[in-house]
Amino acid sequence: MKYLCLVYLEKDKLHAVPDRECMACGNSFRDRGVLLAAEPLEPTDTATTVRVRNGKTYITDGPFAETKEQLAGFYLLDARDLNEAIQMATKIPPAREGSIEVRPVRELVP
Amino acid sequence: MATDSVQQTIEAVYQSESRRVLATLIRLLGDFDAAEEALHDAFRAALEQWPRDGVPSNARAWLVSAGRFKAIDAARRQKRFDALDDLGEKADVPVIDTAAWADEQSVEDDQLRLIFTCCHPALAPDAQVALTLREVCGLTTEEIARAFLTPAPTLAQRIVRAKGKIRDARIPYEVPARAELPERLDAVLRVIYLVFNEGYAASSGQHVTRHDLSSEAIRLGRLLAELLPEAEAKGLLALMLLHDSRRAARSSADGELILLEDQDRSLWNRDQIEEGTRLVEEALGSGEAGPYAIQAAIAAVHAGAVTTAATDWDEIVGLYGVLLGLTPSPVVELNRAVAIAMRDGPAAGVAIIDAILARGDLRDYRLAHAARAELCRRLGRTSDARTSFERALALTRQEPERRLLERRLAELSK
Repeated sequence: MKYLCLVYLEKDKLHAVPDRECMACGNSFRDRGVLLAAEPLEPTDTATTVRVRNGKTYITDGPFAETKEQLAGFYLLDARDLNEAIQMATKIPPAREGSIEVRPVRELVP
Repeated sequence: MATDSVQQTIEAVYQSESRRVLATLIRLLGDFDAAEEALHDAFRAALEQWPRDGVPSNARAWLVSAGRFKAIDAARRQKRFDALDDLGEKADVPVIDTAAWADEQSVEDDQLRLIFTCCHPALAPDAQVALTLREVCGLTTEEIARAFLTPAPTLAQRIVRAKGKIRDARIPYEVPARAELPERLDAVLRVIYLVFNEGYAASSGQHVTRHDLSSEAIRLGRLLAELLPEAEAKGLLALMLLHDSRRAARSSADGELILLEDQDRSLWNRDQIEEGTRLVEEALGSGEAGPYAIQAAIAAVHAGAVTTAATDWDEIVGLYGVLLGLTPSPVVELNRAVAIAMRDGPAAGVAIIDAILARGDLRDYRLAHAARAELCRRLGRTSDARTSFERALALTRQEPERRLLERRLAELSK
């Protein structure tokens, strides 16, 4: 089963964990064959929000809601169950600076 | 066998076996709701068939087998394969040896799986409590709602949401591995103790205790200690038994609260004290005693004393010291201060409580002010006692406690 681990960090902590640590974490997930994808993100002030209403496109600067912590990156992992996913999430280095939201991936119904 | 007596047998089997059958069905079917439905179908089948064919020698295995068959049948007929995704495969697997279902060990494991799943830390704390009472104890949603003074729809929603998370986020139906066990066991013990306390010292409302929840918690604690005889599981059971042993002495006929030192100790339940004390000794003897076992040991010292004065306060002060080492908290410091007051005199206790309050801890904790008031009263510091009683009164939300504090305040003026 797939789980998306969303990494949340406060803005001033976006670089608190050295990149090489994050790379090492990603590599160890890859070596175990559980990593489906993982990327870090630029801060939310580079974000653009897009909505389509009644066929018209609305574009706004930044994220929809201002929150203290922002999405800083993600890991898409393959785990047996939630326990294993939580176990993996504890290994993601920014877990000690911010938080990791573990979300099960939903299967689309054809 | 006469139909009436078969029905009585079925009722008795329901009381003793329904939770175990459910726990096994959840494992076999992989879904709480499907398992509950299967459980009801199994008992419905028993009501039809047992009066005709006789009561099977292994009722539990019969019920599990019938429940599983009904679930597979229902899934096939209604094509609800979405909810029971891999049941289709399971249906084609040759029938598992019935003896494996009846096997004591696997049934016990299923019960533990159910307890650990209901108390999984990924579920909200109030959902853990609700789910445990519903699934492990078999209380109805309405009963749980009434006990927690929560509207039934809110509680039902909480249970639905928790079951949804177990299914969708795939919380595994398993007993944690040895390495995870201490942490996960803590979560289970916390749920049981919370249920007990809600029954024993209802945080709000008209009455001092709500009996049903305490007995339910003791039943759960007993089950856990039997299935998993860890020191802390025994410690918690002992703690609950020893507290509960004072139930009859803890409030008067008209519902007024009676403090430990004023209780009629002949009303204490000797059987519970004996069992609790034995469990404390086992837990302490294991060398792995944790906070529950130490608190139980303190309760056992009280239980073994004929009067407040005859209590071994030195032993209690020592045990609170150990507890403080295990779980540092201002509430434990407060309790230790009261024990020191009993051993060395009220002035020693007041000095410690004042130091805790001066730090800013426990300023809004009613019992800190009540304890200070009581000790000041004994020292003849009437105006300090009055101030503290008034502060405690302003903070309490429980009616009998309020009345007790009001009586104490009135006595100061005499």
